[in-house]
Amino acid sequence: MKIDNSLPLEYSTEENRLKIFGFWVFLGAEIMIFATLFTVYAILEKRVGAGPIGADIFSLPGILAETFILLASSFTIGITVHAFRIGMTKAGINMLILTLVLGLAFVGIEVYEFFHYAHMGATFSASAFASSLLLTLGTHGAHVTFGLFWGIAILIQLKKQGLNAQTANKTFIFSLYWHFLDVVWIFIFSFVYLKGLM
Amino acid sequence: MNYPIEEFFQFLKGDPLIIGATFSILLGGLAVVLGLTYFKKWRWLYDNWLTTVDHKKIGIMYILFALVMLFRGGIDALMMRAQTAIPENGFISAQHYNEVFTTHGLIMILFMAMPFVVGLINIVVPLQIGARDVAFPYLNAVSFWLMVAGGILLNISFIIGGSPDSGWTSYFPLAAETETVGSVYYMMSLFISGIGTTITGVNFIVTILKMRAPGMTLMKMPMFTWSILITMIIVLFAFPPLTIAIMMGSFDLLFGSNFFTTQNGGMDMLWANLFWIWGHPEVYIVILPAFGIFSEVITAFSKKNLFGYKSMVASMVAISILSFTVWVHHFYTMGQGALSNSFFSITTMLIAVPTGVKIFNWLATLYKGKIEFTTPMLYTLGFIPIFTLGGVTGVMLAMASADYQYHNTMFLVAHFHYVLIPGTVFAVLAGFYYWWPMLFGFKLNEKLGKIAFWIIAVSFNVTFFPMFILGLDGMTRRMSTYSEATGFGPLNMLSFIGALGIAVGFAILVYGIYWSVRYEPRGIKADPWDARGLEWSTSMPVPAYNFARVPQVSTLESFWNYKQGKEELFKGKIEEIHMPSNSGVPLVMGIAFTLWGFCVVFSWWIPAIIFAIPIFWTLFHRSFNYDKGYHIHVKEIEETERKLNHLRGEKI
Repeated sequence: MKIDNSLPLEYSTEENRLKIFGFWVFLGAEIMIFATLFTVYAILEKRVGAGPIGADIFSLPGILAETFILLASSFTIGITVHAFRIGMTKAGINMLILTLVLGLAFVGIEVYEFFHYAHMGATFSASAFASSLLLTLGTHGAHVTFGLFWGIAILIQLKKQGLNAQTANKTFIFSLYWHFLDVVWIFIFSFVYLKGLM
Repeated sequence: MNYPIEEFFQFLKGDPLIIGATFSILLGGLAVVLGLTYFKKWRWLYDNWLTTVDHKKIGIMYILFALVMLFRGGIDALMMRAQTAIPENGFISAQHYNEVFTTHGLIMILFMAMPFVVGLINIVVPLQIGARDVAFPYLNAVSFWLMVAGGILLNISFIIGGSPDSGWTSYFPLAAETETVGSVYYMMSLFISGIGTTITGVNFIVTILKMRAPGMTLMKMPMFTWSILITMIIVLFAFPPLTIAIMMGSFDLLFGSNFFTTQNGGMDMLWANLFWIWGHPEVYIVILPAFGIFSEVITAFSKKNLFGYKSMVASMVAISILSFTVWVHHFYTMGQGALSNSFFSITTMLIAVPTGVKIFNWLATLYKGKIEFTTPMLYTLGFIPIFTLGGVTGVMLAMASADYQYHNTMFLVAHFHYVLIPGTVFAVLAGFYYWWPMLFGFKLNEKLGKIAFWIIAVSFNVTFFPMFILGLDGMTRRMSTYSEATGFGPLNMLSFIGALGIAVGFAILVYGIYWSVRYEPRGIKADPWDARGLEWSTSMPVPAYNFARVPQVSTLESFWNYKQGKEELFKGKIEEIHMPSNSGVPLVMGIAFTLWGFCVVFSWWIPAIIFAIPIFWTLFHRSFNYDKGYHIHVKEIEETERKLNHLRGEKI
């Protein structure tokens, strides 16, 4: 394996570069997934049938908490990547752990929110609006949940092997994924919650 | 869920055709298992094929799978033609007819055309760009096994639980009215195979953009590779909307959500829109690679370089963009209003322009060429006029106001068979004949190949041309029967006779393969067609590592120039080659997905969760796997190369 020392560790081998580029391409498909979900939501938003409308069920405190937590986690994973680049392995790992803890908090609040929506009558079968709301949030939430397991897997590998070209590469790709979920959340926050509350 | 046993085992309902299908599947499966056991081939099968990550072997498996599906879909077609051959026929019931046309469409598009095309892509693209394999060989195997999982689910639906029956488009709310679990089978089958196809898209985009031989800039890529790059970009953007539509459809069917229902705000037209946002680009996903294959075949057998290379690329880029802007033309009559219809009418007609550019480029390539009438060339030459007929009727259908006359008639059925059969089927057969020697070191018999071509081409027109007339006379599609007074009888009978002819043609084609495998002379020189693509520059049959030395490209026609002695292709010494290890994990993933999908179909949630565990296990296994592959040493390469066939006068 040829290692190019002029590049950051995660880019240092041919295989690593392919993986990072491949993940960017894959994110293209993910963008289409969420673009479709947002389109569907925009179409079905006003079709509430006998169920509640968005303004009835959205509660700002929970949403704000989720937003700040997720944005903070995006910041911490950024620090992880930076720390690995300047060789501060321990700090990077700690920031990765913090990222996952924040992610877990986010998922926790979201689960609570789902119970809240169900309690308010916005169950999955209540109306087209409720179905598309829960699908959009659920797809994002499922991505975050999957990310938690993925992050734990990377954490175990970092503990076992330390920082090398492969673990740095995995962490970096994970950070791309995590930032992407954050961007999606900004769209959810703006076009689902704020628009619904207006 | 409490499920009645006769709903589960469909043959208990006593339909002789379903009983026949059940037993043929069981006997076929048993024969394969016993054969493998008797000849002690399990180990060989597992080591060499089921766990392979070699793009050529994966390609061959794709094509084998496609051929099996071609016969399944073909039998469906014959049943439909037989049923409608005479008025008021009672050969198969209306319900059964619904199931047959649904599975025919699904299988032919998703499990015949797609795997055949992807198989050829797998085999050819890495060789054409001078790469040792695709960017992600492991993911390539995953894609294949997910495709197989989807195919298996769709095929067993017929005997266990009931087949989907609301058309390959599965429009809601009709699809939700299906009495069996057929519609859920549809969703699961497309969901699983769709994930596989999306991964294929990622894989080949990266392969083509990042793994080309040194010196091969984008505008020096062979035309087939260009067509695949564009196809895969369409795949990447078209499949995710389908995945989401399918999730929504499954939730409607299984959990009572209200996406496509007709109550509580649900919107049934949303399905039609989402389906065709994928469905129309899908047409180009199977036709653009075909255009690429034809470009390769035409240049090889007219001994000229491709006319208008840049306009070919530009026209494909134009097609790929336009393909996302025409989806509404599939349902002009469903009430969008005049403005929308006019917009989509114009975009649809626009597609004829770049397609026309391609047709003229091929004709100009043929002009004054030294044309050789080989089997792949015959398919290509047959394609041009027949496809043009399909294209012109397509422009007729594109006119929204006129479309009200022939929407959902046999005219439409004739049109899309006139584009998809000469387009995709002729192309994959041409590619199959053309690239066969590269993998196996001998040609397929030309005489039998040509006989099969003529029978297929003539019978194809006998089958589908009458449908144009039937459609204009007012016969709608998907009708299981009609009364004698309509006067549709004679032309339908003619169409049935044509269908039998196609069946005979394919039987001869298969016999031709069998004959060639047994008797065709071996040991021909590499590059038997005197072709122009880089894939012919390596030794034959292509070794596992593809190229002993990576070719160095400097022009579009590097290989041709190399044969003329004007350029050097292989510089330097043979070096050690790094190869990826085989893995059984993609197979495990395929099996787990099949079982998981099967349990979801019947709403068996606890088993579904249990089978989801191995799916996640495979993902984590991959993350923790640090297998670095293995190296082939220089000595070994030299030894292998000595045994292979080389270009005329070439020594290793």
